[in-house]
Amino acid sequence: MADVILQNIGKTYNKGAVKAVTDASFTVEQGELFGLIGPDGAGKTSIFRILTTLLLPDAGQAWVLGNDVVKNYKAIRQQVGYMPGRFSLYQDLTVEENLRFFATVFNTTIQQNYHLISDIYVQIEPFKHRRAGNLSGGMKQKLALCCALIHKPKVLFLDEPTTGVDTVSRKEFWLMLNNLQQQGITILVSTPYMDEATLCRRIALIQEGKILSVETPQQITAAFPFALYAIKAAQMNLLLSHLRQSPLIHTCHTFGEYHHITFAQNTPHSQSHLLGYLAALSHTQVELKPIVPTIEDCFINLMN
Amino acid sequence: MRALKFLLQKEFRQIFRNTTILRVILIMPVIQLIIMPLAADYEIKNINISVVDHDHSAYSRQLTDKILAPGYFKLNDYGTSYPNAFGQFQKDRSDLILEIPAQFEKTLVKENQANLFMAVNAINGVKALVGSAYLNRIIADFNAQIRANWIPNPQTGTLPQIEIATLNRFNPTLNYPFFMVPGILVVLVTMVGVYMCSLNIVKEKEVGTIEQINVTPIKKYHFILGKLIPFWVIGMFVFSLGLFGVARLLYLIVPTGSLVALYGFLAVYLVAVLGIGLLISTYSANQQQAMSLAFFCMMIFMLMSGLFTPINSMPNWAQVIAKLNPVTYFIEVTRMIVLKGSSFAHIQQQLLVISAMAVFFNTWAIWNYRKTS
Repeated sequence: MADVILQNIGKTYNKGAVKAVTDASFTVEQGELFGLIGPDGAGKTSIFRILTTLLLPDAGQAWVLGNDVVKNYKAIRQQVGYMPGRFSLYQDLTVEENLRFFATVFNTTIQQNYHLISDIYVQIEPFKHRRAGNLSGGMKQKLALCCALIHKPKVLFLDEPTTGVDTVSRKEFWLMLNNLQQQGITILVSTPYMDEATLCRRIALIQEGKILSVETPQQITAAFPFALYAIKAAQMNLLLSHLRQSPLIHTCHTFGEYHHITFAQNTPHSQSHLLGYLAALSHTQVELKPIVPTIEDCFINLMN
Repeated sequence: MRALKFLLQKEFRQIFRNTTILRVILIMPVIQLIIMPLAADYEIKNINISVVDHDHSAYSRQLTDKILAPGYFKLNDYGTSYPNAFGQFQKDRSDLILEIPAQFEKTLVKENQANLFMAVNAINGVKALVGSAYLNRIIADFNAQIRANWIPNPQTGTLPQIEIATLNRFNPTLNYPFFMVPGILVVLVTMVGVYMCSLNIVKEKEVGTIEQINVTPIKKYHFILGKLIPFWVIGMFVFSLGLFGVARLLYLIVPTGSLVALYGFLAVYLVAVLGIGLLISTYSANQQQAMSLAFFCMMIFMLMSGLFTPINSMPNWAQVIAKLNPVTYFIEVTRMIVLKGSSFAHIQQQLLVISAMAVFFNTWAIWNYRKTS
């Protein structure tokens, strides 16, 4: 049996006026690093709160480690670790006191499970007598992860652990998650950053409470139905409006220094037609190349 | 029980670490207990009186002197015009007008009877009531004195006369702090309990730590006990600080009744008060809401507890509210034990009511505090 199972979960707020999650179903296998990818307000946190027994679903059923999230919530709370999106440890207690407190409420000690957190904890250990409220953002995340791990949970729920963390710390954080996964912990992580999706084994794309697709990142990008090209020119803004007006172009989105485009009809001549069209509009330094779609391209495509 | 031990450890650590709150908990009640009883004095002094004397006789002067002699009344003006005196009323300089009619002495001697006119400025009701009562007594006294003087020979006839002697029991010198200090102490302990308890729990909600606690195996009653016990201990400490510190050393109030009964009642009372704090926290999402709710409750608790105005003189509906107010019972019990020397047997009824309230508020709060929303 899979570690986490969602079946047609639904959740509304304000007596049905706000639909947070609609008919969401997916499973997370034992030992899997599973990503829930979607923009802010997509319903990621609602799903996490339902799975960690903090919120009752309105519809559907869910199981964590074989326990129903409504009926057997007590059994779930013994075995999972949860790291909410907002830092919610005791800011007036020190790093060490927080860690010890969460160890003791789970009837264990820091020493007993130190091997699980040692990689992470050594980085914040120099500050163990500092109050949690005075830590930097990245260190707060590490402490929160330690506190969520200290009782050796079988499933770890991480709600947007990398939001608001710098790029270097984000990379480090994902390395830590990979290490944890290798120790056999099932990890369910949510993130609004599409580039982090490829670091998960499987991902669910979520938008406005609906699950768009559940695949491995490779499957998702492979399922992109069009040929994708990147294009750039001297005047990017003008290029964008010209591309969007052109009958040759199906979609055009800005992606950093390039625009990503798909053709309305992809023929061997499409590229030369487009270059001719742009030359007629006196664009210079035009560069056009075929590319492999990213998760973000797929996400935008699925949204439409 | 192990979980409870760690929760308590954490809670006390947080309380002692927050030095600002700690100072507020300990120093604020002491300062308030020093200031408030000295200001809350019901004894009416300095009643300003206007005397309108149309008579200018020996009797009218004697009467005026007699009124001013004890020091309760201050002569604001002495004249012959009622409109002038009324003008003093309107300027709020005078609280009472006594008008002595012309021929007062003559009429009294000739007809054995004379009239006086008294007008009372009733804007300050208490002052008006007390002032006119004082004045009536002085005039009655004056009357008796005149009649005694008229008896030609004390041997041949005595005047039958009832004299009232007053003895103030339990507080012989009518020392107001004796009356106020126990009451104010109760209000302060209530404030510490309600505010600290509700704000502390709501803070966990606001910061989000309650979520983190909720995904642990900590049980609902562990968490609640972990919150109630520290503030129960603090409430006990603050009360003792007030009773043995400020009340005894500064106001020289030594409880005459049973301390065991007093602390027994306090123990149950604190459970009720903390239940109210817990209840407030379950209905508030942030500290601001909790503060406003607690303030609302405290105002009603304070003003409808018999601390300042006697409950018996409230209208019936207000008496009902006062009877539902836990502070009422503890003020009553504290005054009974501290001043009157009551023992455990005398406060049984109040203890029963407060126990019921403790059960009621805590049950309601726990029912409303849901771990899963």
